Amino acid sequence: MKPTDTTNPEYFHKVVDCQYACPAHTPVPEYIRLIAAQNYTAAYMVNWQSNVFPGVLGRTCDRPCEPACRRGRIEDEPVAICRLKRVAADNKKDVKSLMPDIPTEKNGKRIALIGAGPASLTVARDLMPLGYTIDLYDNQKAGGGMMRSQIPSFRLPETVLNEEVDYITDMGVNTHYDCYIDSLKGIVNQGYDAIFVGTGAPRGRDLSTLEGRAQGNSNIHIGIDWLSSVAFGHTEKIGKKVIVLGGGNTAMDCCRTSRRLGGKEVTVIVRSPFEEMKASPWEKEDAKHEGIPFLNNHVPMAFVCEAGKLVAMKFDKVEAHYDKDGNRKLVSTGETPILVECDDVLIAIGQQNSFTWIERDLGLEFNKWDMPVVDPVTFQSTLKQVFFGGDAAFGPENVITAVAQGHQAAVSIDHYCQGKDVAERLAPGTTLVSQKMGIHQWSFDSPVVNDVRYIVPQADISQTLKNRKIEVELGYSLDTALQEAQRCLNCDVQTVFTEKLCIECDACQDICPTDCITFTDKYEQDDLRQNLLAPANNLSQDLYVSEPLKTKRALVKDEDVCLHCGLCAERCPTAAWDMQKFIYNVSHATHATKAGA
Amino acid sequence: MSYLRPDFRHPNLPVNDIGFTKKDYEGSISTLCAGCGHDSISAGIIQACYDLSIEPHRVAKLSGIGCSSKTPTYFLGNSHGFNSVHGRMPSVATGANLANRDLIYIGVSGDGDTASIGFGQFGHVVRRNLNMLYMVENNGCYGLTKGQDSATSDTGSQSKKGAANPYEPIDLVSMALQLGATFVARSFSGDKDQLIPLIKAAIAHSGFAFIDVISPCVTFNNNPKSTKNYDYVREHIEATSTVDFVPMKQEITTSYQQGSSTEVTMHDGSVLRFNKLKQDWDPQDRFSAMAAVNDATQRGEILTGLLYVDPQSQDLHEIINTVRKPLNSLTEKDLCPGNVALEKINESLR
Ligand SMILES: Cc1cc2nc3c(=O)[nH]c(=O)nc-3n(C[C@H](O)[C@H](O)[C@H](O)COP(=O)(O)OP(=O)(O)OC[C@H]3O[C@@H](n4cnc5c(N)ncnc54)[C@H](O)[C@@H]3O)c2cc1C
Ligand SMILES: Cc1ncc(C[n+]2csc(CCOP(=O)(O)OP(=O)(O)O)c2C)c(N)n1
Ligand code: SF4
Ligand code: SF4
Ligand code: SF4
Ligand SMILES: [Mg+2]
Repeated sequence: MKPTDTTNPEYFHKVVDCQYACPAHTPVPEYIRLIAAQNYTAAYMVNWQSNVFPGVLGRTCDRPCEPACRRGRIEDEPVAICRLKRVAADNKKDVKSLMPDIPTEKNGKRIALIGAGPASLTVARDLMPLGYTIDLYDNQKAGGGMMRSQIPSFRLPETVLNEEVDYITDMGVNTHYDCYIDSLKGIVNQGYDAIFVGTGAPRGRDLSTLEGRAQGNSNIHIGIDWLSSVAFGHTEKIGKKVIVLGGGNTAMDCCRTSRRLGGKEVTVIVRSPFEEMKASPWEKEDAKHEGIPFLNNHVPMAFVCEAGKLVAMKFDKVEAHYDKDGNRKLVSTGETPILVECDDVLIAIGQQNSFTWIERDLGLEFNKWDMPVVDPVTFQSTLKQVFFGGDAAFGPENVITAVAQGHQAAVSIDHYCQGKDVAERLAPGTTLVSQKMGIHQWSFDSPVVNDVRYIVPQADISQTLKNRKIEVELGYSLDTALQEAQRCLNCDVQTVFTEKLCIECDACQDICPTDCITFTDKYEQDDLRQNLLAPANNLSQDLYVSEPLKTKRALVKDEDVCLHCGLCAERCPTAAWDMQKFIYNVSHATHATKAGA
Repeated sequence: MSYLRPDFRHPNLPVNDIGFTKKDYEGSISTLCAGCGHDSISAGIIQACYDLSIEPHRVAKLSGIGCSSKTPTYFLGNSHGFNSVHGRMPSVATGANLANRDLIYIGVSGDGDTASIGFGQFGHVVRRNLNMLYMVENNGCYGLTKGQDSATSDTGSQSKKGAANPYEPIDLVSMALQLGATFVARSFSGDKDQLIPLIKAAIAHSGFAFIDVISPCVTFNNNPKSTKNYDYVREHIEATSTVDFVPMKQEITTSYQQGSSTEVTMHDGSVLRFNKLKQDWDPQDRFSAMAAVNDATQRGEILTGLLYVDPQSQDLHEIINTVRKPLNSLTEKDLCPGNVALEKINESLR
């Protein structure tokens, strides 16, 4: 292998597994250290800068960072990154003074944002400090999009959402709520300099052709419509026996909400085997904890109605068969259909986009799936002044993806309005700073603790099932948060090697607890990964290969299970190894926090 | 400064024949200077014992005084250990070995501990052919007492202090050969590929196995004008051969070119295979070994590798014909066989 080019910022970025996996590249270990230092406000602002909704995300994020977390490779469970974020949000001081200044003199450019979900709000947050004038349109009564209409209050209290939406709208965004946009042409004609479409994927899939669908209609609900009707107080009850169709997170929210609105026997029924259910493991766990059984391999056959009223559903029991390419086919077992009694059915089998309000003669191209053609980097459509982001761009994802796309769209919109190259992106802002404070003294907590992941306490189930607004999770206590924070391995404190200082005493190789380091003369061989002290079988993790040393060997470090314990650097007599903190900031349209935050 | 090593190890850490990982052979974290050669030797011992699937409780570590003699704390934390007085490790080892011949004895000493204060004891443990591995971690100085020249320091060599050593050095390898050691090797802390097989062979050897390991003292004797600094040693090293150690139960699979390799079958059935780099040298001929060492020294080179082995050597227990059972397990009944037996003995002497 060739010597590693560590001047490429992506090399060290990749070592910070959590940050790399986060769509918005939140500097996770940095905020976890700030939590350990009890500086919750600074921890919050580090988050706010990257992901805009730390309080919301600290409760609801899909947390792609956690399966990526290095800790999960050396023991059973990753660091509770997401719930630590909540600790920062819940314990911060007033942050209003740290919010960016908004110029009173505007730059003369007007932007329309359609939809007030996290994608649009992020665009607003990034462009307001630059002096743009922003009109925000949404058909709901307040901002937040699906964070408000879909994510139930027992997972996300309204106060938390309001606070973080307000930080943005209080920047002077002109909000137009209760305002459905039924024509893009109408907006285009208003002469905006740029338009951002962040309307999400608001249409729930139905089973319109299934037998009995029309007859049972008054007791059959589309999951997401039903959830928003609950959120806005229009629906307050449901029948005793409820069937929820679908195995994703929407199904989990539907079944748990049903339990709070009078559902006694709530059953989640999915077509696929359990392993293929899309819901996050923790969402499934929480639903089971609330006494909700799951039935798998049940394909809906009919809604059964008696005297014009829904009484049951009929299912075909199936088995999953896989062909050699792994394609799944659900094959009926031939057993007699299974009848499940019910008073209501919630259909939570997927969401779609709905662009009926976009005229097709505007020059905005749609592809064969009837989705707008959107550039995956700039988020620009084929109508140059129109940009897309969030679920509206490429279909339903999650809040953090909507935020990440909002940031990128904001950069593009800014460039577009300023006559710059829309595709241009500034390199990420990076710094690499030694953490040495003295001989064998580091400015980070290098010792590795053995603690297993701490459990987040929950409110008593007898209370939470009574009132849909009582938040189930209580969040970590500050003591527990501190202990959980100590589990973080500080992966951003990089092991940095300087060839010319190395005297090849092997001390680093000998001390490394996880056998990451090997001096070898076989560094040019293809099977290098098998010729290290411990085989480097995780191909997603890089090898850090030095220039050849004096003895014609090279130093090879497998990044996979490095604990960032700093022992290699402590045992190095010449400081050829150093522990250096790597800060990586995605460049945004604006640096949105004030100095000193 | 870290006083503890993290508990986590590589998740795919292999296990040896008796189900242990390398972690089971580690000791506590070293307190030696960062980069000290001695730590590499400890790592070599850990690897060798792991590879040989030795049960840690079957090993006794013995040492004298010095940075080198501190190292038994840093390996084989589950084994027996005795940190004796300066230069007196050989007599403690002799006593222990006589009491219990069933343990594996690993003695760790320094050049000060062996070639100065313990020189007399060293000579006697060699000539008695005590069954042990005796390692000198040779840095040419008294590391622990801040780097004074030791008796193995080469004439003219300069430590950090800056004064050239005016005296003749003692070459411990030549001494061992002279005094009748039955396994003699030299190696370098910075060359584990060579050191580890030598440690394994030395443990397999029945009798006194001596390894002189050059082990730079980074703090007091790694400066440019020292002949025991990392660079100097690397530049002047010359190997007799490459050595492979094949444990008894392992099938011999690698094939060597005819004529290029020599095999020696050890007392316990394991095999030492050399790929000779040096002609006119025979590892089983003491005098050719002495000549080879001399010749290299004349040329200013450091001869390393296995120098001499007598695979059929008789260790101290065989020489004095002790019973097979460890002496410490003999009971009063074994030791006081009673009147009848005593009468018999007396009778035989009349
Ligand atoms: C039940 C459910 C639970 C979820 N839970 C989570 C979770 O726990 N964590 C997570 O990360 N993600 C979750 N998601 C997904 C997440 O809510 C979305 O991915 C995210 O909100 C998308 O953001 P967005 O900005 O693209 O659009 P949205 O949040 O969908 O916002 C779009 C807004 O635009 C409005 N709008 C649409 N069309 C028009 C129009 N023509 N005129 C005016 N306004 C319009 C909509 O009413 C809406 O307010 C969940 C989704 C559902 C359905
Ligand atoms: C009886 C006695 N005399 C002197 C000393 C002081 N002393 C401690 S260590 C040492 C020399 C150690 O040198 P070496 O064996 O080479 O070990 P190193 O530290 O170099 O590894 C001396 C002289 C002592 N501890 N005990
Ligand atoms: S251990 Fe900490 S820094 Fe490393 S991936 Fe996990 S959360 Fe991120
Ligand atoms: S920081 Fe150094 S010693 Fe610690 S695990 Fe990583 S490579 Fe090994
Ligand atoms: S003084 Fe020298 S011998 Fe002692 S620990 Fe330090 S480097 Fe090693
Ligand atoms: Mg010494």
